[in-house]
Amino acid sequence: MSDVEEVVIIGSGPAGLTAAIYTARANLRPLVIEGETIGTDQPGGQLMLTTEVENFPGFIDGIMGPELMGNMRAQAERFGARFVTRRVESVDLSSSPKRVVTDGGDHVLTRAVIIATGAKALMLGLDNERRLLGYGVSTCATCDGFFFRDRHIVVIGGGDSALEEANFLTKFGETVTVVHRRKELRASKIMQDRAFANPKISFVWNAVVTDVVGDTKVEGVALRDTLTGESTTLPAAAVFVAIGHTPSSELFAGQLDLDANGYVLTGEGTATNISGVFACGDVVDHVYRQAVTAAGMGCMAAIDAERWLEATAHA
Amino acid sequence: MGAGIVNLTDTTFDEEIKASDEPVLVDFWAEWCGPCKMIAPTLEEISKDFAGRLKVAKLNVDDAQNTARRFEVMSIPTLILFKDGEVRLRIVGAKGKGQLIQEIDPFL
Repeated sequence: MSDVEEVVIIGSGPAGLTAAIYTARANLRPLVIEGETIGTDQPGGQLMLTTEVENFPGFIDGIMGPELMGNMRAQAERFGARFVTRRVESVDLSSSPKRVVTDGGDHVLTRAVIIATGAKALMLGLDNERRLLGYGVSTCATCDGFFFRDRHIVVIGGGDSALEEANFLTKFGETVTVVHRRKELRASKIMQDRAFANPKISFVWNAVVTDVVGDTKVEGVALRDTLTGESTTLPAAAVFVAIGHTPSSELFAGQLDLDANGYVLTGEGTATNISGVFACGDVVDHVYRQAVTAAGMGCMAAIDAERWLEATAHA
Repeated sequence: MGAGIVNLTDTTFDEEIKASDEPVLVDFWAEWCGPCKMIAPTLEEISKDFAGRLKVAKLNVDDAQNTARRFEVMSIPTLILFKDGEVRLRIVGAKGKGQLIQEIDPFL
């Protein structure tokens, strides 16, 4: 019996760690597979790539993203959550117990699974974008903005994260140009007001990026006006791509019901189509996508899992 | 020399690279870089595992901006491998231990 876990949590952002805190306090000794520290996984989630988080309740003066996540992890650990710093290679959710295979071939057996794998940044999908990643192309302003002091910077996107990156990048860049494919921004009012008030930020509307230009480093972006069809090149030393996110649900395709965009579908509460498998956070939610909503869903998943474990204990 | 990781600065950089008998793997990092912190333990392990064959050094890009600019570092973590004072390999972004070793090994 001891070699079958009660609950395994896959993912370690606000959703996964909140689920860990709740299931740990319920004495379920959750095993959190937090992801590999390198590569495409991002233990701690997307907040690990941010600076100041201003809207997480309880922090009057804000808190640094990595610090918030460090706190959540320590809080879960305090109540007995255990962590495995590996990526998940595959899952078999239909067997009983369910099976989670980690990188390196370890098989973990478990009664319940909470999926909190989150979402990752979308790229444009251009060959030169991939080639110049790390040479001026970036998806992380807080990581790379520093290197473009007094240079011209382009940010692609029109949502909150694009404007947040643009605002942040004005600390470094001579100019920051936001390129958006529409005429209106999707970003929240407060972020728009901040961006419009910032003298270093300008906008190029109705433009799509057709190429990233540069031999060994970024020299500019090729744009096409969506209304006139006209092509132009915008010189820049750096391109920050902030065009949204895609759910990290590849592991579950063919087992869990996903929507057309790959988000895990949940029915009642956080229940998926497989009994004993629950999902929470950005891998489910394409509407709110906040740290606090992810944490809330993580709590829901923990309670749902706990009740399911109780109800099926002697089945 | 033990397996310690050397901290390089703008003033010590050239000297340290030139004086080393072994290839030097320089980790360009900063306090505010999450992925840099994540690979730090891996680099410590590599420094121990390869003691005598490879020297691992760290360069804080906030403190040593001239050197970071000279090597056109545009994203961190960036790892640059110097052998006989010359750049032999450049790895941008956080990678796993196995992959790092695979890339570095041919130069040792």
